[in-house]
Amino acid sequence: MAKIETLDANLFYGDFHALKNISMQMEENTVTALIGPSGCGKSTYLRLFNRMNDLIDSTRITGQILVDGEDIYRKNINVDELRIKVGMVFQKPNPFPKSIFENVAYGLRVNGEKNKSYIEDKVVQSLKQSALWNEVSDKLTKSAFELSGGQQQRLCIARALAISPSVILMDEPASALDPLSTAKIEELIHELKKEYTIVIVTHNMQQASRVSDYTAFFYLGELVEYGQTVEIFTKPKLKHTENYITGRFG
Amino acid sequence: MTHLDTELIKLKHQLFEMWSLVISQVETSREALMNFDKGAASEIAFKEKMVDTYELKIDRECENIIALYNPVASDLRLTLAILKINTDLERIGDFARGIARFVKKCPKESINPELLKVCQFDDLIKNAIEMLNDAKSSLEHENTRMAVSIFSHDDFLDDVHHNSNKIIANYIKKHPDEIDEALNLHSIIRKVERIGDHCSNIAEEIVFYIEAKVLKHSGKIKTV
Ligand SMILES: Nc1ncnc2c1ncn2[C@@H]1O[C@H](COP(=O)(O)OP(=O)(O)O)[C@@H](O)[C@H]1O
Ligand SMILES: [Mg+2]
Repeated sequence: MAKIETLDANLFYGDFHALKNISMQMEENTVTALIGPSGCGKSTYLRLFNRMNDLIDSTRITGQILVDGEDIYRKNINVDELRIKVGMVFQKPNPFPKSIFENVAYGLRVNGEKNKSYIEDKVVQSLKQSALWNEVSDKLTKSAFELSGGQQQRLCIARALAISPSVILMDEPASALDPLSTAKIEELIHELKKEYTIVIVTHNMQQASRVSDYTAFFYLGELVEYGQTVEIFTKPKLKHTENYITGRFG
Repeated sequence: MTHLDTELIKLKHQLFEMWSLVISQVETSREALMNFDKGAASEIAFKEKMVDTYELKIDRECENIIALYNPVASDLRLTLAILKINTDLERIGDFARGIARFVKKCPKESINPELLKVCQFDDLIKNAIEMLNDAKSSLEHENTRMAVSIFSHDDFLDDVHHNSNKIIANYIKKHPDEIDEALNLHSIIRKVERIGDHCSNIAEEIVFYIEAKVLKHSGKIKTV
């Protein structure tokens, strides 16, 4: 069974048809990159999986969106639980105005976790997993804002990991970072896919080729081509995809 | 270690596997010819397919690495060097195959040892094997001095090949009944000399990777 699956997914912002009959399957413990020119619907598609589009007025969704085989848009689904299972990291690092420790502990506390030593263990583990521990282990009580942009982004990844999701959505997680921090995030993605299923939106084609196992090319709300990254980047099936990845677009 | 490092280590590993196989192909071709061992010759024909499979696989891996990871500087030079060494090794494998084919097809039971001796054939092919081994270790140890030492071996191979023209012509005059095998041996000497040329190319590619220096077409004065 695929970890994530969409069947004829459509999304409308009012009258605007933003996603058109998208059918796709993503396997567990893989990284899937969503690429395409800006405005083609990558972020919209990504936000289907944690129901973030619900927060936007006048959106209408048709088709099926399944996580672990479960229709996440059916009635009675617990959206809070869904968002524990499906974590998200955004383009701009968005730490809370709290200490480094409390940023990571936040999700656990919000979800009612009281056990102090469990929280501590989980914070340390998450910071290690996000490759930040060595840089912050001696300043956990300092404000998160004292960290560099790249460190803040890894902190946000640690925050997402702390509540034990199984899927991590990343929307251009490195586009606001310098090359070295970007490389760190990319290495981190390679590590994380051993335990998580990752879907990443990126406008950086090289980044998609470096980090992902599968690549999906979107254009004007449609899924143009989807396949193994190595195939897409060496012999794409469609001329349209070829033109996009070689920068000969329109 | 970056993800690209991991990929390059895997790629190098495959190249060294292919390299060992090609070395054993040339060694076996020497035995096949010296002992006129038709069994050894068949073995070479069989293993040639494995060499070809490696070549295709390494070509594809290089293409994938360039497409996916956009290597630069030393990473790019290593990828390009491996791509070229891969082609050289496959050609060397073909020459071993050519020697084996001669042994298999030849109606005789042996080549006159006197003829092999005057042509210095055993020295020739042993030198070629040594070059191939040295080139492999020089990449394994990233040792450019060792790579450069390969060029002097190649001079020896060129000399033996050059001298063989006259030697074989004379031999044919004295032994007109052995003209077929003498001419065949001449073409085999030419093949072994070509193995040396490919080893020199490989050495140039290793220096290109490690020192970012181009030795190609720089004549006889090759230093690092
Ligand atoms: N909240 C919204 N309301 C109306 N239209 C939107 C909204 N968000 C995005 N869109 C439109 O939907 C299309 C896809 O947007 P988006 O998913 O953000 O694209 P991408 O992430 O590929 O750049 C765009 O044309 C955009 O203008
Ligand atoms: Mg977007």
